[in-house]
Amino acid sequence: MGASEEPVLEARQVTKRFPGVVALDGVSFAVLPGEVHALVGENGAGKSTLIKVFTGVYRPDGGELRYQGERVAFGTPLEAQRSGISTIYQEVNLVPMMSVARNLLLGREPRNRLGVIDATRMYAEAEALLAGYGVRTDVRRPLRTLGMGAQQMVALARAISVDARVVIMDEPTSSLEPREVETLFGVIRRLRDDGIAVVYVSHRLDELYQVCDRVTVLRDGRLAHTGPMAGLDRLRLISLMLGRALDEVRTSGATRFSRDHDAEATGAPVMEARSLTSRHVLRDVSVSVRPGEVVGLGGLLGAGRSETAKAILGALPLDSGVVLVAGLPLRRGSTTTAIRAGVSLLPEDRKAEGIIPNLSVRENIVLASLSRLARGGVVSDARVDEVVDAFIRKLRIKASSPHQKVSELSGGNQQKVLLARWLAVRPKVLLLDEPTRGIDVGAKAEVQALIDELADEGLGVLLISSDLEELAEGSDRIIVLREGAVVAELSGADVTEQGIMTSIAHHSPTSGPLAVEPVTRADHSSKAESHD
Amino acid sequence: MMTDSEVLPAHDAPAARTAAAARREHVGRLLQHHGALIVLAVLVVVGSVAFDFFATPENAASVVVSSSFLAIIALGMTFVIISGGIDLSVGSLFVLGGVLAAYGSQAGVVVALLLPLAVCGTFGLVQGLIIARTGMAPFIVTLAGLLGVRGLMLALSNEGATTYLVKNPAFAALGQGELFGLTYPVYIAAALALLCMLLLQRTGFGQNVFAIGGNEHAATLMGVPVVRTKVLVYLMSGLLAGLAGALNAARLSSGVTILGIGLELDVIAAVVIGGTLLTGGAGSVTGTVSGVLLLGVIQSLINQIGDLTSSFQQVVSGGFLALVVIAQRLLSKAQRLN
Repeated sequence: MGASEEPVLEARQVTKRFPGVVALDGVSFAVLPGEVHALVGENGAGKSTLIKVFTGVYRPDGGELRYQGERVAFGTPLEAQRSGISTIYQEVNLVPMMSVARNLLLGREPRNRLGVIDATRMYAEAEALLAGYGVRTDVRRPLRTLGMGAQQMVALARAISVDARVVIMDEPTSSLEPREVETLFGVIRRLRDDGIAVVYVSHRLDELYQVCDRVTVLRDGRLAHTGPMAGLDRLRLISLMLGRALDEVRTSGATRFSRDHDAEATGAPVMEARSLTSRHVLRDVSVSVRPGEVVGLGGLLGAGRSETAKAILGALPLDSGVVLVAGLPLRRGSTTTAIRAGVSLLPEDRKAEGIIPNLSVRENIVLASLSRLARGGVVSDARVDEVVDAFIRKLRIKASSPHQKVSELSGGNQQKVLLARWLAVRPKVLLLDEPTRGIDVGAKAEVQALIDELADEGLGVLLISSDLEELAEGSDRIIVLREGAVVAELSGADVTEQGIMTSIAHHSPTSGPLAVEPVTRADHSSKAESHD
Repeated sequence: MMTDSEVLPAHDAPAARTAAAARREHVGRLLQHHGALIVLAVLVVVGSVAFDFFATPENAASVVVSSSFLAIIALGMTFVIISGGIDLSVGSLFVLGGVLAAYGSQAGVVVALLLPLAVCGTFGLVQGLIIARTGMAPFIVTLAGLLGVRGLMLALSNEGATTYLVKNPAFAALGQGELFGLTYPVYIAAALALLCMLLLQRTGFGQNVFAIGGNEHAATLMGVPVVRTKVLVYLMSGLLAGLAGALNAARLSSGVTILGIGLELDVIAAVVIGGTLLTGGAGSVTGTVSGVLLLGVIQSLINQIGDLTSSFQQVVSGGFLALVVIAQRLLSKAQRLN
């Protein structure tokens, strides 16, 4: 890899806007032949948008795309693919019911003299091709009977065998076993040696340090950093991703949390999750929340925070583990039982999993508690009005009337309507997944103040937030997750932004092939770093 | 902080599980592909033992002959369903094909064959274009086709008052001529089945049909010409339905207008009983042929049991179809668990 080499794929000052959002704001990114380039960033950083611009799914609004030295504009994913840019998606994009060989060679099957597919040769070719990637399997089997790792390898083999110059991998390891990851890394290194450029997207820091030569960090649609991987301190990488400079961590921030969070809550936990385990997602995660306590869940994107909340509610299939509410175990996999027992979840994706836009504020608020407000199956209007009015006042929801459509409210007020919906079922423990994302500063402060109030009233709160300041100032205790496992528990004076980042950066708990030697932290001269 | 003592899951356990899973998968696939054939064999044996008349050459010939028309339509339907679609218009096209063939036979054999093929093929083509280009649901598009074609057929035959008779002996021979005790349509159906088998398994077109039905999004990303393939599939279905109608008119020496109502459902039932997944992505021509013959044998057996009216054939077929769909559901569930 030489620095003087011409980039094979390059984005220059690329801008992409969506209604109401600037997903990419003048981002420049270049990948050289024969390098593995990590692309990282948290939710909303613009990674996926950039990939979609490269692969012809989106057209940029500004800036230019250069491929092999020439300006290009890909109209469709197929066009990008034909030019030599292959993408391997997190979800294997093959046909599960077709055989391995047919998937691998679809569209390029060997023919005999009559122009008919030569099955014998097809199977032989497929077998030889896969053997090159360390996969030995009966290529006549339907693809879906293979493990995820082998399927991913088939996708990879197909992608590369169509003469790719650039291979983009979007979280390729998220469903792989450690030894499958090793095989994948072997293939990636071979690609690099063959002069193919690899763009590698992952949230697993260990993997980045293990296979990547350079890294580009995006944050909020802007370029935050680009430079060599080696010598980049882990803590620094995390602070770049999260946007919290190490030296500017404030002791008292701009949040509206006012409670004294240093006092440790006592008493029996109102909710206790024990050893929640789900293959590839959660590993032995235990969390407990006491009445009146705010427990924070920290970690990077993909660490298993939302999954933990969903598992507690019973919305994520578990291999093992138990959730106790007020000392009684919940039936696994039943959200109804969990809600009845007093667990409420304010989901991360307000639009998809929460509000029903065409219903009124009133209808949205009482949606989950109708049975509570009904007598003999008939809902009492008077009682509904009573509840709705109480919550509109208590949560300071700004709506012209309870009958206004929820879709007409601001994001912050929509969030409050959702909060009201779940408070109306009188929960014992409230799971808040990114409660202040995407709402304006004023509403954010109000929601934060509300969380305090609710805890003061004795509710147990589990708070998930990517906003480190919010997490550190709003929580009494913080559980830090990484790759689906608990890596640290912070309490008392340790509940700081610095403490969270240090825990995330800490060496992987996984033993085995995934683990790598810690990178030397001495060299931090930041020669090749650039900031926007 | 975690210690290094935390171990990764051992790799030997999955290996043992994989062997058992592979066996289950194998049995599952066998049942999926040849379930109809196995049941067909069992029914034939039981029928031969129970009824003297059943295992005669005459009865076997009558089952095969009457199944051949359904089989020709079902071949096209197999491609449509594997591609993830459905074609409800084939019953109407079958009847229209018959009327057009009888009408055209006044002008000779060539016209009697080409007229229904041209008209029914055009209907299939247009339906395919609408489905593939606009992304409209095949169910709705071909339901519209079913109603429209039926109306057109009624208009052609003055609401069924006019029946065109086949007076051309050459054309009638196409449906009635015999070779080794079987009429020509049986051989035509068999030849088409072989051709379709080759098309489905051994050509790029066949692979594309499987890929689209298995995962359309992935197929697009893999460079499969989705629109062209879908259009061809519906064109083929229309052509085969028209051909079956023409042959049937030749057999009956007239373009009968009342037949064919609800025929599309029999065709779909035969294809699904033959192991083709209604959700697309899997299926076979041999399965479809077995499914068609199975329906024929059930009908023949019901006829042997004198007390039962032929209406019971539909009760049995319906029950059998339900069983097949439940079995498919269980099989695919078992396979997903691996």
